[in-house]
Amino acid sequence: MAEPQPQHGKRSNGRVIAWCMAGVVGMFAFGFALVPLYDVFCEITGINGKTAGRYEAQVTNQADANRTVTVQFLASNGPGMSWEFRPVTRSIKVHPGEPVTVNFYAENGSDQAMVGQAVPSLSPAEGTLYFHKTECFCFNQQPLEAGESTEMPLVFIVDPELPEHITKLTLSYTLYDQSQKAEVSGAAGAAKTTNNNG
Amino acid sequence: MSAVADTHSQEHHHGPAKGISRWLLTTNHKDIGSMYLMFSFAMFLLGGSMAMVIRAELFQPGLQIVQPEFFNQMTTMHGLIMVFGAVMPAFVGLANWMLPLMIGAPDMALPRMNNWSFWLLPCAFLILVSTLFMQGGAPNFGWTFYAPLSTTYGPPSTTFFIFAVHIMGVSSIMGAINVIATILNMRAPGMTLMKMPLFVWTWLITAFLLIAVMPVLAGVVTMMLMDINFGTSFFDASGGGDPVLFQHVFWFFGHPEVYIMILPAFGAISHIVAAFSRKPLFGYASMVYAVGAIALLSFVVWAHHMFTVGIPLAGQLFFMYATMLIAVPTGVKVFNWVTTMFRGSLSFEAPMLFAVAFIILFTIGGFSGLMLAIAPADFQYHDTYFVVAHFHYVLVPGAIFGIFASAYFWLPKWTGHMYDETLAKTHFWLSFIGMNLAFFPMHFLGLAGMPRRIPDYALQFADFNMVSSIGAFMFGVSQLLFLFIVVKCVRGGEKAAAKPWDGAEGLEWTVPSPAPYHTFSTPPEVK
Amino acid sequence: MRVHAKRAVALAAGLLSPAVVVADWTMNMTPGVTGTSNQIFSLHMTILWICVAIGVVVFGVMFWSIFAHRKSQGAKPANFHENTVVEILWTIIPFAILVAMAIPATATLVEMYDTTESEVDIKVTGYQWRWQYEYINEDFGYFSSLSTPRDQIENRQAKGENYLLEVDNPLVIPVGKKVRFLLTANDVIHSWWVPEFGVKKDAIPGFINETWTRVDEPGIYRGQCTELCGKDHGFMPVVVEAVPEEEYNAWVAEQREAAEKERQLTQKDWTLEELMARGEKAYATACAACHQADGSGAPPAFPALKDSPIATGDMTAHIDIVVNGKSGTAMQAFGNQLSEVDLAAVITYERNAWGNNTGDMVTPKEIFDYKNQQ
Repeated sequence: MAEPQPQHGKRSNGRVIAWCMAGVVGMFAFGFALVPLYDVFCEITGINGKTAGRYEAQVTNQADANRTVTVQFLASNGPGMSWEFRPVTRSIKVHPGEPVTVNFYAENGSDQAMVGQAVPSLSPAEGTLYFHKTECFCFNQQPLEAGESTEMPLVFIVDPELPEHITKLTLSYTLYDQSQKAEVSGAAGAAKTTNNNG
Repeated sequence: MSAVADTHSQEHHHGPAKGISRWLLTTNHKDIGSMYLMFSFAMFLLGGSMAMVIRAELFQPGLQIVQPEFFNQMTTMHGLIMVFGAVMPAFVGLANWMLPLMIGAPDMALPRMNNWSFWLLPCAFLILVSTLFMQGGAPNFGWTFYAPLSTTYGPPSTTFFIFAVHIMGVSSIMGAINVIATILNMRAPGMTLMKMPLFVWTWLITAFLLIAVMPVLAGVVTMMLMDINFGTSFFDASGGGDPVLFQHVFWFFGHPEVYIMILPAFGAISHIVAAFSRKPLFGYASMVYAVGAIALLSFVVWAHHMFTVGIPLAGQLFFMYATMLIAVPTGVKVFNWVTTMFRGSLSFEAPMLFAVAFIILFTIGGFSGLMLAIAPADFQYHDTYFVVAHFHYVLVPGAIFGIFASAYFWLPKWTGHMYDETLAKTHFWLSFIGMNLAFFPMHFLGLAGMPRRIPDYALQFADFNMVSSIGAFMFGVSQLLFLFIVVKCVRGGEKAAAKPWDGAEGLEWTVPSPAPYHTFSTPPEVK
Repeated sequence: MRVHAKRAVALAAGLLSPAVVVADWTMNMTPGVTGTSNQIFSLHMTILWICVAIGVVVFGVMFWSIFAHRKSQGAKPANFHENTVVEILWTIIPFAILVAMAIPATATLVEMYDTTESEVDIKVTGYQWRWQYEYINEDFGYFSSLSTPRDQIENRQAKGENYLLEVDNPLVIPVGKKVRFLLTANDVIHSWWVPEFGVKKDAIPGFINETWTRVDEPGIYRGQCTELCGKDHGFMPVVVEAVPEEEYNAWVAEQREAAEKERQLTQKDWTLEELMARGEKAYATACAACHQADGSGAPPAFPALKDSPIATGDMTAHIDIVVNGKSGTAMQAFGNQLSEVDLAAVITYERNAWGNNTGDMVTPKEIFDYKNQQ
């Protein structure tokens, strides 16, 4: 690399360009790879509070009756989402290791069929790894006819391995209106007719 | 090194073509360097006038001149234009002019690409600036364009903004490849890596940083483009995306970008301080290692821009420690500069004035950077005017003063004339006072609780804002003086010797002033 | 007419108040009123003084050189250019100083992250451009918006003491208790900051963040949104009132009662005048930021309401867009943000103000039925 080149060697420019372009392409790909990498990283460390998908492992742990953890539920609506959406149980004390079922209430008060999708987030994020959902309405989209209401179940287990200093977990769901995306993907039944901006 | 005689007879102007095609088609590193510098100064004035709008609005509480929508467009465009239009092209311009002269090469390694990479820039900025006239206005989400404000909630012009960023990214990458190829392949015989001038070293490392992070920037804006136009959900929580991911990717680019804007100035300042101290630079090797260390560390500190987003404790601690660590190599550089001055034989021409101001004010910016690195304290500083003060203290005296110092230092070489020293010193003092008046009170504003990017503020912030605005106007107006000085210097003035600064070292001073259109057609021998 | 009367009163009050000019030269961070903020303050001061000390040494040497080693004074340059011992020393010493700084910083950070054992939990949601506070164990919540009149912002009226730092409904918390905040946002990222608590945390759409405070001194504490969130980022202050526990309990009881009363108000028979009066207030806080106080809007993003096809056309379409919003635009669903009474009032107001003299009126009951129809 450092050898003197009296002829202002043009020969190796091609090689430098090739290496640099490889670097550029590699880093561009790396930028995109950050997306799955970040997800994997979050799944391992739980840093962004995004709870994982369905918990498949066998529940072999006995419930730890000596310890109670408070699990608190929050519900928010995304922008433009008009449903009434709230937890039926606001908070519950559980023993780590026991499966617990709670319900969320959703009602579509509008005059058209809509599709909702709940996005979970857990705080403190450190607890994410120890919060297992065996069944959750957030695994699927939630279609509701105009005026229809429903109670949506969530079954979860708090891992007995949950660090001692965590005594309260807050699980928050944000419900987003996915009607338009659902419409685009085929179910073109109730197209929105209100076109004017208000 | 002082072997080459300086005679007018060596000025042979058989090179440049005449008229517009000289500039459109040129592959000459000096022409392209000049175009980069002129373009960057034009952008500096444009971005600066936006800053004037901002400071005029903030002169008093209440909304006087512009509405909040337009104010946000101004802060956004000011940031984008200054970072990508003024500072980065100015350093590329300096690199174009000086790298071949410093390493004894006849031109850049890839002259054709050099021409392309320059002409992409005006195209990119034409697109960016045209967004101001589009329906819905220019980008208004800050130069950091956090999602979802810039995606779901962005104005229609966001797509053009993304396109502009892509083009300027391509331009920077091409420029960086050119710099790397030039430095690796075109050095004069005998110039080993550890004999390279520091400006060459810092630019080599900068170019690697550019290659590493500009594609990441291109990636993040591409993801935005897809979120906006193709229904993906990289950053949209409703589709399973994560707005915080945007910040991680952006700052993975953004933090090294900060060093891209400062490292070449480190190099230039090292030459200037040594030249006007008439003493060799203290600790050349440690300077090189320090720059390398800073560049490497810059990849593992990005989340210090995100201490309040809710990163878990372990992450906060890691990024806090890593960030604090950067103070060590940066400190080494400052100590080296000061020791270079110590027991020298100092004189204070304009380049040295700017260089000394650079060291003092950049160090102050470094101190506030260290304070910001302390995560718990950052909860109070974050997104306040303290941050605005901090990064203007590193970028204005850092990047901009570094560029001014370089410009005055090498103007005699470029034009063949000495600039007007009295006017240049006036320019320095006006800039120095204006800059401090504008940005020092911002520390107080931030500590007192004024958030950044607000068009109007509570009454307790009124006094310092007024002081700051006055300083900003002063700084802004004095830059017109710089334009005048440069034009005057180009048109005439005292003839400059090949080596107008008695303490200066380096191959560039062995060619006559102005540097002939073609230099080092036969490589010089470096011992 | 009423508007002018109100403005006149406000203007008179503003002029009489001696505290109109409260501008001061505050230069330093507030020590604040919580343990956290005090720790941050002492960290801040420690680091500041360390930096000043380093600065004095470094700049001292530099200025010594500048004055003593000038060429014009006949200084002859030395020729030294390296010294390994010195260079190792000035690498190690700063490192040691950094370690010394990191220790207290780490301790403070650990404590700031300890949100356990809170006694009051409040959910804070950022909206463009106001905050929603929900007392999640108490079954009530409300929005908190800027209450500084437009006239002050646009310089038609003297600015009040708490210009831009005042809200209609402040957050109320008890002193001496650990209050935990759960933050999220509806639309874009916001950041909730009260300098005197040393609390700042981003509110991110779709994600939940938590932080806490324990305030020992009763008082009113003011802060602002610190993450750029669009047009009115500078106009969404945070105001927190810390009150003694008994007062807090009384306030909570009152709020629960008010929430109940609100439900009853829905049933009441309203007149057009009553709705217009209430609607004007509700419009000013919920709608005027985008659609402007005179209904002229800021097209194309924020359409005019004056003479608009929606506000003068079909009533159901008007109710629908206010209650359910319009996806893909900045128009939010106000169905969950405003009470039935306020929704009815706002819609009635929009249909009768600024020359939209439709004479239409919609009652809270009708809104309630609309929400629960089918």
